[in-house]
Amino acid sequence: MSEAGCITRVTGALVEARPLRDVALYELARVGDGGLLGEVIRLEGETATIQVYEDTNGLKVGEPVQPTGEPLVVQLGPGLLGSILDGVARPLELVAAEAGDFIQPGITVPTLDPERRWPFQPRVSPGRRLLPGDVVGVVEERAGRQLPILVPPDIAGVLAEISPGDFTVADTVACLEDGTALNLAHRWPVRRARPAARRLPAGRPFITGQRVFDFFFPITEGGSVSVPGGFGTGKTVIEQSLARHAAADVVVYVGCGERGNEMADVLNEFPQLMDPRTGHSIMDRTVLVVNTSNMPVAAREASVYLGMTVAEYFRDLGFSVAVMADSLSRWAEALREIGSRLQEMPGEEGYPTYLGNRLGKLYERSGRVVALGAPEREGVITLISAVSPPGGDFSEPVTQASLRVCGALWALDPALAHQRQFPAVDWETSYTLYAEETTAWFAERVSADWPDLRATLLELLQRERELREIAGLVGPEALQDKDRLLLSAAHLIREVVLGQSAYDPNDAASPVEKTYRLASLAYELYQAALAGLDAGIGLDQLDMEPARRALTNYRNAPAGEAQAWADTASTALARLREQAAAAGDASGSPAAATDEAAEGCASAAEDQEDRQAQVSP
Amino acid sequence: MTDFSRIYHGARSAGGPLIFLEKTPQVAMGEWVTITAPDQPPRRGQVIDAGREITVIQILEETLGLPPAAAEITLTGQTATAVVGRELLGRTFNGVGQPIDDLPAPVGEARVPIWGAPLNPVRRGRPGEFIETGVSAIDGMNTLVRGQKLPVFSGPGLPGLELAGQIVENARAPRGEPFAVIFCAIGITAHETYTFLNRFERSGAMERSVLYLNEARDPTIERLLAPRVALSEAEYLAFKCGIHVLVVVADMTHYCEALREIATAREEIPGRRGYPGYMYTDLAGLYERAGTVLGREGSVTQIPIVTMPDDDITHPIPDLTGYITEGQLVLSRELHRRSIFPPLDVLPSLSRLMNSGIGRGKTVPEHREWANQLYAVYTQGREARLMATIVGEAGLGEADQRALGFAERFEREFVGQGSWRRSIGDTVELGWQLLETLPRDDLLRVSDPTWEARRAATA
Ligand SMILES: Nc1ncnc2c1ncn2[C@@H]1O[C@H](COP(=O)(O)OP(=O)(O)OP(=O)(O)O)[C@@H](O)[C@H]1O
Ligand SMILES: [Mg+2]
Repeated sequence: MSEAGCITRVTGALVEARPLRDVALYELARVGDGGLLGEVIRLEGETATIQVYEDTNGLKVGEPVQPTGEPLVVQLGPGLLGSILDGVARPLELVAAEAGDFIQPGITVPTLDPERRWPFQPRVSPGRRLLPGDVVGVVEERAGRQLPILVPPDIAGVLAEISPGDFTVADTVACLEDGTALNLAHRWPVRRARPAARRLPAGRPFITGQRVFDFFFPITEGGSVSVPGGFGTGKTVIEQSLARHAAADVVVYVGCGERGNEMADVLNEFPQLMDPRTGHSIMDRTVLVVNTSNMPVAAREASVYLGMTVAEYFRDLGFSVAVMADSLSRWAEALREIGSRLQEMPGEEGYPTYLGNRLGKLYERSGRVVALGAPEREGVITLISAVSPPGGDFSEPVTQASLRVCGALWALDPALAHQRQFPAVDWETSYTLYAEETTAWFAERVSADWPDLRATLLELLQRERELREIAGLVGPEALQDKDRLLLSAAHLIREVVLGQSAYDPNDAASPVEKTYRLASLAYELYQAALAGLDAGIGLDQLDMEPARRALTNYRNAPAGEAQAWADTASTALARLREQAAAAGDASGSPAAATDEAAEGCASAAEDQEDRQAQVSP
Repeated sequence: MTDFSRIYHGARSAGGPLIFLEKTPQVAMGEWVTITAPDQPPRRGQVIDAGREITVIQILEETLGLPPAAAEITLTGQTATAVVGRELLGRTFNGVGQPIDDLPAPVGEARVPIWGAPLNPVRRGRPGEFIETGVSAIDGMNTLVRGQKLPVFSGPGLPGLELAGQIVENARAPRGEPFAVIFCAIGITAHETYTFLNRFERSGAMERSVLYLNEARDPTIERLLAPRVALSEAEYLAFKCGIHVLVVVADMTHYCEALREIATAREEIPGRRGYPGYMYTDLAGLYERAGTVLGREGSVTQIPIVTMPDDDITHPIPDLTGYITEGQLVLSRELHRRSIFPPLDVLPSLSRLMNSGIGRGKTVPEHREWANQLYAVYTQGREARLMATIVGEAGLGEADQRALGFAERFEREFVGQGSWRRSIGDTVELGWQLLETLPRDDLLRVSDPTWEARRAATA
């Protein structure tokens, strides 16, 4: 370890110290009498600039700075799932045990419980030539979950010794011939992407449980999506809904520079929520990395890398991992703040010129891969990252840089949020580059007409926008019945297909079958009504209300009653079709339609009154 | 206590609110500084850049007339602290916590650093206790809960402070738990302070309050400290004494301007509209001090007032605030012009913690559905109103016409309640009555069971 130097300057989160010889870039250092954790980010002669992960108030010029000889690493091994870490991998529960309710600087605690023993079963025998990533055994982390133990990515050799038994994460469980010890846990520098054997093309869809995404803007496992939106548009609700309901083995949730109360929410809820895939609490598949907006800004920058490294570890074990990053803008702002204190030449809006580059590298760490080592394992990281554009304006650098590297955009619109149309996804701006492969999968697994239905409904929504503009000029009453029908169908689609309340226990997660059924029933309703118009029935005489009500009820019904409501909707649709067919027979030809439609209009008022009389006794 | 203070004769230079000191081998970040000069009033400052060669100090008072070379600068060896305790209740202080009510300085129960340490997220309680403000547009549509930070987005000349006053006047603790109000004035006029206090005095809760006043005429840079001093007292009362504390800070816009002044003086690279790039982090350091703590009784609830320059909600001050707080109450100039008080526009307003504070056992079981329905029809009515300006009311469909009528009544009767207090029960009843002017088919957000229950209850 190199010798200690002294603080010569403290400015914001940065400390300058000298003389520091033989230190490396990104080496960690203990700063000041309190031993605050910092990282060397610039070296000039014997002067080192250190970004400090803790509150620098009270740090004094002249206090010592001790380099540690090691970069920022995270300990990876059994016990990681379910943990809640700060941006530099300290379990917050332990920090609280040491410091109390309020975080104090200078606390050192291990990421993994050093005392807990894990039952280890070898899977290889001595004499075997081990390569990086090979599975040497498994640990039963809890009933039914076996966690593979790997040869770390930077180690290889012939196995000399290995034994079963109960071990702590630091115990030696195996030994190579060259004397290298293997443990249940290993350490990995967070800023270095973990290597994989090779990358694979996009896989199956990443099922989110949110209709608007699964149906309209699906992404693949291993894909990445950016979710920009002004404040209050629903980014966090989306990230949390996906963390709860999305089909993933492991979820790494990075709360980067956001609210403490949101984290309290997660901590309060997740342990009580069951993962239907495993029957265990969803906290059991989750790692939380929490660096709220009031925690030090440098640790915010590190937290995203920490999250990615944890995700790569589980990917290497052969899991499908989803990373929720909320929000990458706060990460970028941390870069900007540090960059500007370093007096770097600023790029657009003050962000460092390497912003796009760093962001690209971060996104590159997602994807579908064949992991290193034997037996062959496929692992996946899907990245869902929120972006918080100032003023909700997507032309800003972080949104734009994200769009260059991610495969899909879920754009959130404040106007929709103000109307309480949630998720407030703007279906015109949003897109997915994974449409082809995902819809093919849905066509095969759910229904053959999934891709067509998707395209048709998107078009219908598009047409609605145009019609609404016209209606805004001439008034909806001046529109033709067909157009008014389209408006009302689009409204229904927005309400029951796109619309999904995260707080409705029956609808917070929508299985793909339900998603499809709702979309297809809504479209059938439109078709049936259209046939009615063609047969000459006026729009206001078409009795669409029962079907519409049944659809809403289907959407809101608990799983047990859903089928009954779907059937009710089908019956109501059949009746509507009959109505159309009967009228078609009576009038003989659809040519008479337009005249009668006009008549229908005139009688609308009476019709309305009739129905009002029915509902209010 | 050991005296760690060191005295320097003469600063190298001064510029704006900053002075630069040379050769400072022991200076600490955030260190508290006093500055004197012949024939000059004493000044106070704080180290914002600590260096062996050059140290930058921000001075709280105006620097006009300060001769740097002749100044005597004392580094006190302390960082900024505040005296806190129950003894402060009923008292009035300036922005750094010195009494301005002609009473002696309080001894207090503790002296704490004003840069409150961040609350460990795993120790945070989950806010979920309904605060009845007596304002329908808040209680019904944007419910406030204990431990929340819910700003009022006001505009120049809009009654943001009156609304805050009304909330504070009414927001008593329901079960008579200990309750206190902290008011922190930042850069507002004496008249504005009076507007607020006038309302507040009526509630007879002056002895349950602490006032920190930095008014327009007071030192600018002191504005950066005032909310921190106030929040230190709030945290102490809440988490050490088990009191439910409501903190009203007015006006955050002046705070941000002081922040910009320092950034400009330091020649930092400016962010949007000249505000520093770290303003988000800085504001978060204040707003995040709202909350509750597991296993402790009290709570800190914040109602900051933000004046949106030019009524622009995308201006960095409201924008960054909205990104940190748990919602916002947005005032509308249009409603204000129509003499609707409080002129709350419920559409852009939002309380993100509403769901945890409403429902069975808290407000009414159907609260969520009821509010969703009000939102839905009101939104439709607002759209219809917009359309009617072009095509005339007659060009609207019937449902749109009904929604338009609803929107008018909703604004006049539900939102525009005047200064009177309305209980949550009355708020819900009024909402239902307005909804019931519409046919059932217009109310699809209300489920059948809820509808039936309402029928049964009113039959
Ligand atoms: N799917 C949804 N269902 C119901 N309500 C929702 C949904 N999405 C968002 N909301 C509402 O919108 C509010 C704001 O959402 P959220 O906190 O996710 O916004 P955000 O985009 O993360 O904002 P910020 O950038 O400020 O963090 C929520 O508190 C909730 O009331
Ligand atoms: Mg959010």
